[in-house]
Amino acid sequence: MSARSHAANEPDPAQQQAHFRYVLRLGDTSLVLGQRLGEWVGHAPALEEDLGLANLALDLIGQARLLLTYAGELEGRGRDEDALAFLRDAPEFANLTLAEQPNGDFGQTIVRQWLLDAWQLEIYEGLLGSADTRLGAIAAKAVKETRYHHRFSSGWLMRLGDGTQESHDRVQGALDSLWRFSAELFAADDVDERMQAAAIAPAPMELAARWSARIDEDLRAATLKRPAAQPYPWHGRRGVHTEHLGHMLTEMQHLQRTYPGVRW
Amino acid sequence: MIEPEAAAGREQLIRTLLAEVPDPEIPVLSIVDLGIVRHVRQDLDGRWHVGITPTYSGCPATEVIRIAVRTALDAGGHADAVLEEVLSPPWTSEWLTSAARAKLKAFGIAPPEEPVLSPRRLWDAPLVTCPRCGSRASERVSEFGSTPCKAHYRCSACQEPFDYFKCL
Repeated sequence: MSARSHAANEPDPAQQQAHFRYVLRLGDTSLVLGQRLGEWVGHAPALEEDLGLANLALDLIGQARLLLTYAGELEGRGRDEDALAFLRDAPEFANLTLAEQPNGDFGQTIVRQWLLDAWQLEIYEGLLGSADTRLGAIAAKAVKETRYHHRFSSGWLMRLGDGTQESHDRVQGALDSLWRFSAELFAADDVDERMQAAAIAPAPMELAARWSARIDEDLRAATLKRPAAQPYPWHGRRGVHTEHLGHMLTEMQHLQRTYPGVRW
Repeated sequence: MIEPEAAAGREQLIRTLLAEVPDPEIPVLSIVDLGIVRHVRQDLDGRWHVGITPTYSGCPATEVIRIAVRTALDAGGHADAVLEEVLSPPWTSEWLTSAARAKLKAFGIAPPEEPVLSPRRLWDAPLVTCPRCGSRASERVSEFGSTPCKAHYRCSACQEPFDYFKCL
């Protein structure tokens, strides 16, 4: 046993904080990605895709609600899902930087979605056996929805990648510009290490290998090229975001910012 | 002391009440048909607990259902019953009762089918029977339909569009 170990009835504040941060990161990523997809409503290229993106957004926001409610309880400061979603500013958000990137064209939205669907698939499958049974229950529910999401996004990746020259060039361009953000997906820090040691979360390195294999398989089918690794200066999970998140939040939190404390 | 007979009677009363709460999106189905009601039971202190589970994490009907169940319990004289959310095991479309499948079909929604995959293999779309004409010649228009639980299909025989209740 490590020197860090505490008696069972004596909670370790650093461990509790890491647990809160871990669940908050998952919840924030789902919330931010769900909000981005919601921006498509009424603007998608076809009615079916408009409904599809809205359905994905609903699932993601539903998952975010379960995760943020739980994160608030772990934090123990009385913040509920709404307080966490609407009463924090950008540096307090802990989502993956990729999730907050603007929608761009349909191809760019699909590439962002597909990279994150494949990531969520690994995370949720890895959490199924978590020592944290509540997180395991949320993952068991979410993983079934995420399989549908991945089928949707990888299906479109193939149609666009293996479609016309124009659609191919656009999704390859989107992939080239978004790829740098993928470096953050499995970059482990103290939070991940603590969660892994407590058998709450799976090992990021193992997930990264499986994610990478899935990505290569989809890219082959879509006739797209995997870009080279690029330097990565942002860490959304630690609150270091691109400028895009702040703009997104001003819209998402508009009502609470204008009328603080207002209830629906 | 809890009287076993009285307890069984109360449970039956509550279950009968719940069987009359409709799903807000598909009102021909009750929440019992959908498999949303997970338990009706009494704890050691004599308090009654009703457990319900969401279908999809993001299903907007979940909130409406919670309010409808609370209202039904209060109006039925069970204001003391505790309403709780159950997440595990996660809801699956296999929990739809056989009555629910028949009602869905009569309503024009194809019930979830075992995934016999289309020979076209277009992203493994399952073959779905048209709820109107019974033809197996149908095609998927969109994986996502009017609600999270439904996909959008079209019958190649009678040309009618229809909803398919997805397997989850």
